[in-house]
Amino acid sequence: MNLDTTYMGLKLHSPIVVSASTLSEKTDNILQMEDSGAGAVVLFSMFEEQIRKENAKFQAVIQATSNVFAEAADYFPDLEDYHVGTARYLETIRLVKERVKIPIIASLNGITPEGWIDYAHQLEQAGADGLEINIFYIPADLELTGQAVEQRYLEIIRMVRQTVQIPIAVKLNPYFSAMGHTALRMQEAGADALVLFNRFYQPDFDIKTLKVLHNLQYSDASEIRLPLLWIGILSGKLRLSLAATTGVQSAEEVIKYLLAGADVAMTASALYKNGIRYLETMHDDLRNWMSGKGFQSISAFKGAMNQFNVSDPDAYERANYIRILEGVKG
Amino acid sequence: MFIMSSQKTTATAVTLDGNEATAYIAYRVNEVCAIYPITPSSTMAELADEWSAKGIKNIWGSVPEIIEMQSEGGAAGTVHGALQTGALTTTFTASQGLMLMLPNMYKIAGELTSAVFQVAARSLAAQGLSIFGDHQDVMAARSTGFAMLAAASVQEAHDMALIAQAATLAARIPFIHFFDGFRTSHEVNKIFLIPDEIIRAMISDELVFAHRKRGLNPDNPFIRGTAQNPDVYFQGRETVNPFYARTPDIVLEVMKKFGGLTGRHYCPFDYSGDPEATRVLVIMGSGGETVAETVKYLQAGGEKVGVVQVRLFRPFSMDHFLAVLPTSVQAISVLDRTKEPGASGEPMYQDIVTTLVEAFNQGKISHLPKITGGRYGLSSKEFTPTMVKAIFDELKEKQPKNHFTIGITDDIGFTSLAVDPYFSLDESGWRQALFFGLGADGTVGANKNSIKIIGENTPLFAQGYFVYDSKKSGARTVSHLRFGPEPIRAPYLIAQADFIACHQFNFLEKVEMLPQARHGATFLLNSPYGRDQVWDQLPLSVQKAILSKQIRFYVIDATEVARETGMAGRINTIMQTCFFALSGVLPREEAIRHIKKAIEKTYYKKGKTVIEKNYQAVDQTLENLFEVTIPQAAHATTDFLPVVPDAAPLFVREVIGKMMAGHGDELPVSAMPVDGTYPSGTTKWEKRNISDLVACWEPDLCIQCGNCSFVCPHSVIRAKFYHEDLLREAPQGFASAPINARGFPETRYTLQVYLEDCTGCNLCVEACPVTSPANRSEKAINLRDKAPILEQGRESIRYFEQIPFNDRAKVNFSMVHGAQFLEPLFEFSGACAGCGETPYIKLLTQLFGDRLIVANATGCSSIYGGNLPTTPWTVNAAGKGPAWSNSLFEDNAEFGLGMRLTADKHLAMAHDLLRQLEPELGADFVRDLIEAPQKMESEIAAQRLRVSELKSQLATMDSSIARHLLSIADQLVHRSVWLIGGDGWAYDIGAGGLDHAMASGRNINILVLDTEVYSNTGGQMSKATPTAATAKFAAAGKRVGKKDLALQVISYGNVYVAQVAMGANPQQTLLAMREAEAYDGPSIILAYSHCIAHGIDMEKGMNQQDLAVASGYWPLIRYNPMLRKKNRNPFVLDSPRPVISLKDYAYNELRYKVLNLINPDEAEKLMALAQEIVDLRWKTYEEMTVSSADAFQPIF
Repeated sequence: MNLDTTYMGLKLHSPIVVSASTLSEKTDNILQMEDSGAGAVVLFSMFEEQIRKENAKFQAVIQATSNVFAEAADYFPDLEDYHVGTARYLETIRLVKERVKIPIIASLNGITPEGWIDYAHQLEQAGADGLEINIFYIPADLELTGQAVEQRYLEIIRMVRQTVQIPIAVKLNPYFSAMGHTALRMQEAGADALVLFNRFYQPDFDIKTLKVLHNLQYSDASEIRLPLLWIGILSGKLRLSLAATTGVQSAEEVIKYLLAGADVAMTASALYKNGIRYLETMHDDLRNWMSGKGFQSISAFKGAMNQFNVSDPDAYERANYIRILEGVKG
Repeated sequence: MFIMSSQKTTATAVTLDGNEATAYIAYRVNEVCAIYPITPSSTMAELADEWSAKGIKNIWGSVPEIIEMQSEGGAAGTVHGALQTGALTTTFTASQGLMLMLPNMYKIAGELTSAVFQVAARSLAAQGLSIFGDHQDVMAARSTGFAMLAAASVQEAHDMALIAQAATLAARIPFIHFFDGFRTSHEVNKIFLIPDEIIRAMISDELVFAHRKRGLNPDNPFIRGTAQNPDVYFQGRETVNPFYARTPDIVLEVMKKFGGLTGRHYCPFDYSGDPEATRVLVIMGSGGETVAETVKYLQAGGEKVGVVQVRLFRPFSMDHFLAVLPTSVQAISVLDRTKEPGASGEPMYQDIVTTLVEAFNQGKISHLPKITGGRYGLSSKEFTPTMVKAIFDELKEKQPKNHFTIGITDDIGFTSLAVDPYFSLDESGWRQALFFGLGADGTVGANKNSIKIIGENTPLFAQGYFVYDSKKSGARTVSHLRFGPEPIRAPYLIAQADFIACHQFNFLEKVEMLPQARHGATFLLNSPYGRDQVWDQLPLSVQKAILSKQIRFYVIDATEVARETGMAGRINTIMQTCFFALSGVLPREEAIRHIKKAIEKTYYKKGKTVIEKNYQAVDQTLENLFEVTIPQAAHATTDFLPVVPDAAPLFVREVIGKMMAGHGDELPVSAMPVDGTYPSGTTKWEKRNISDLVACWEPDLCIQCGNCSFVCPHSVIRAKFYHEDLLREAPQGFASAPINARGFPETRYTLQVYLEDCTGCNLCVEACPVTSPANRSEKAINLRDKAPILEQGRESIRYFEQIPFNDRAKVNFSMVHGAQFLEPLFEFSGACAGCGETPYIKLLTQLFGDRLIVANATGCSSIYGGNLPTTPWTVNAAGKGPAWSNSLFEDNAEFGLGMRLTADKHLAMAHDLLRQLEPELGADFVRDLIEAPQKMESEIAAQRLRVSELKSQLATMDSSIARHLLSIADQLVHRSVWLIGGDGWAYDIGAGGLDHAMASGRNINILVLDTEVYSNTGGQMSKATPTAATAKFAAAGKRVGKKDLALQVISYGNVYVAQVAMGANPQQTLLAMREAEAYDGPSIILAYSHCIAHGIDMEKGMNQQDLAVASGYWPLIRYNPMLRKKNRNPFVLDSPRPVISLKDYAYNELRYKVLNLINPDEAEKLMALAQEIVDLRWKTYEEMTVSSADAFQPIF
């Protein structure tokens, strides 16, 4: 049975990809992911803000403690070798690339134009097969228009496109007034794939301590509907690849996304919950389902249920909403 | 790197300091290094450890084994063991460290064991400790039987390290290779690195095999180390003579071989100067360079002078010495960098006298020249060409002064020689630059970088030496840099600079810089005032100096340029660029090219943008660097600020004030206390003004909890309550609030900040529990700009000081909010801003200061507590306060126990004498004096009155008994004896003594300021260092758990034990200190002390303490034997169950985080292990809390 798929121009032997998460901070885990059948691995995110803060903190501590007193020229063992900033991330790419065959996609979360350009360049140089740019941005400024927000996304994509040769995926949040048009513009700006959707930080409050809670919860299968909707709508209408990345808990969600037209389905929360070897179960279940349905390849059913292909395209739009409501009534 | 082809072999030129130059060789020719940190040698050990951690190999392709020991005594023992089993073994040490090694050194030498001890020679603690360089330590080791080889420069330290190793293997006699602490150990100079192939060629494998073969081996067993009796010990001692006799020739042969391989030629004694010299100096160490260069200069002027530089001091070879001494010599002066009180002369002088007299008697020389001996350079005292000339001049006298001193003014013994202040060598071949900066502004780091850039990328030679002041916060640095086309042999400070840079504008009115400017020099000032305004801001003396010396004056607003180029707070690169552009060391364009190349090299890993940003900073620097047009006349109305106010006592004004002003070198011998005794409370006269931001109180918001005052490391936040009538005379702006306590009508409260002493550390703000409802970022105490409030603040402080301190009997100091009203008798120390140790010490003095005796182990606390010029231990209005002393590092527990014994013995004697005087004094009075309780503050006050009355009566009695009692009557007020030190002392070097002192059962109190590393020497691992943290000597993360000292001590049963963390629970800290003091037996308090060595934002120090407790890492405990005595569980766990993981605490600290950056997998494993340890300890403690009393050791 052939599980091959193509994602952002990369040939993958499976449509199940491990999304950016702390699991990939360890090389051994990545080896295990490959061993368990992952089509590709998106590395943990490199956060420009974090790197800058870490660097600044490091520099501040070092400067405050170096050459200040006759008895102690410094307070820490030889700092030159500490992997502050990008060095550790780049080293991870180099190490992993030496040891695995599956594509390794770097994930970058920038905050400044020079950050995007510099770091994208470094990631490419280090050997990443692709680059997922994670534009983590909440437009809290009330003066900022939707158009300006979109413009900002597009500028980042253009900047990165001009910097690197490797394929670029853009991980998005769903909050655009015209998601379809935005996706098209992103394709024009140079994106090779869209990753739908980013579950960005949404705070909660602890009403006992009156503090803001920063805990992030794993996605669950009930959350797949929004990405499913947009993948279904965009599939077949754009050149770029589509990745689905929310609520993939089992092969069932993978299958649904593929049916909607995703080229790959990404998961990390399923692996956090069940361990990395759970990828094997997901693959077994996917194969069993395909076998049951008589599909010999992913292409045989990919996009089979997108808006383009379903018998009732309206089902993706308002009619669908009405039907659901009616269903509830019933 | 610059390659020097003129050397015999192609040698790589590098810029290194003496420590690195030495360690580089020692590491390559040894298999085992047993080490222990001690200034100024620590760097050698640290480098060896780092190289080992990186897997760098020795010349045999093996990575040397490095082990940190608990003391130098331990290191020497380990070295001995490793040597005895055949490993090539070394150690690095200095000063007291070498003293601790002496017993083993006799053994190692007695057993004819090949080894080299690398020593950065340093003063010994006598009337005071000194970290600086002289030969007192190595001279104290001269009887051990070690050969002694001296290096005079960084290059020589590199070379001699190898020569010593080659020689020891051939001679079988162990060697001390030494060089001058700081002057050579810390001087950065351009040297030629010995390639590995030459090192290999110098070390004979056959001799290495022979060394191994002599090692203990069960396959070829023998015993060594027998106990010998009167019949044979003496003869046995004489067996080694042939080995010593051969050694000078062996060293000479090794030196010849070395010279052949490297082109650098040495002899056991090297003579330079006129071959027919009539006057000759004999000297060893870096001073030899100064003499040799001065001899060249004087010789060029026709003087018949010369110098013998001693390389091989032991075994002292008469023949080799005579061989180099010109027969024409009429007068010799031998210079010793040491002091041997009571001797007929210093060691080398005695050797030379003996040598020449013996030679004369044996007819080896035709006449006996005049021989004088002199002392110079103790504790890195400057030794300059003008001093050399003075000695040569003295030798012209018919009866030259003997046993003289040079470099000081001895107006007691009149030993000192006068010097010509205008004499100097021809310095035209050098460009000399001085930089005045702050420790924290990166000036020294940038200068080290400049030396590297120039020294390693151009044919120029470079030298750098860095002078620090003795404070840990706001420390000033002066960098002395020389550049020139020839090797720079000038081991003394720059007196006349071509370039002077002032990196801190506020130094202008405090630090005299331009007296050291040569005529026509360049002066660069980092100034917020532009080229048109700056002149008016200069003090009169500075203006005059610029005019009279025709100084070219440049300004740059480096702070602004740094801000504009996104490098805020980092002025060092900007100022470094100015130096390259202005100094003339290199042509300007070439200089800028080099600095940009260096930037690229430094930041290549950080990407193009960062490099470009730095380039931009360089370009903008040049655009913002302006020459100031100098007016015709000086017209300033202000000048340097007075260093000490007129109100200060005479000694402070005339002695300490001179040191503060940087003129301590001018103080004559008569100004010095004869026995190292100095007055208490001198920091109050030194208003250092090191922070532009200072704490500022908001009376309306404040709830008067006292937390801010409690945590303040520098005792700058004081509180008093007083009758409101006192406000009538208060100056305008004097802040006050009604006291926040019931039952105190008409009473006001003031929290006064000593603005000029505040370091702006922000601990108080963090500790303040109040937030303004109107502005959530405002607290009841905040940091504000000092300038606008300073004048008014001074007035307020003056008035505040007139308000009496509150009556201790009326203050509830069982509570934190009460403790703020107790006068601190430890104030304004030089500790780091935000120090985690000093708040505990301050509290101690608030609670028991007026009857406190402190034994202080060497370390941070002895430095900020006792380093001249000013010291923080002070007195109250009655003249009473802590009596403080520092003995050594290793012996503090024993030292403090001795103090307790005196107190106990004198008290017992006083009681006895009182009873004898009962008829005269009255039975009731005597009974009260002996039996009255002294637990409460009011009871102590009553006893003080009784003792005062007793002393009045005794003064009128004419009897021996009365006079004896009068001499010890003060002991009738209970003394509180405290032994203070860090974890290096308590967990490592002093652990044995500490253990014994606690087991003594005596009433001593121990305060361990636990920073979990050796903080004073730069963050080396101790046994208090926690698992998973990195430290020097634990670069890969500590794998072994921290010693649970509390549990260990609890096992005695009769020791009061507390573990405290002020930032987590100040009330528990207060309670523990009071309980410890009240307990009539040994007590120990382990105090969590955050530290710059943790790699934290110091303003969050107290928060980190809180997290340490919240994670269960640092449980708060008290073990009170008195409860056990009452058959109750003596163990109390004061902190709640852990609510966060260890990670949540630890990863706020760089010491843990770096491991995560180096090796995340390893970090995770170690962190998991550390968490397990925390969990286990918590479980143990929890079980102890629910145990019955009989689960604990009973006490008598």
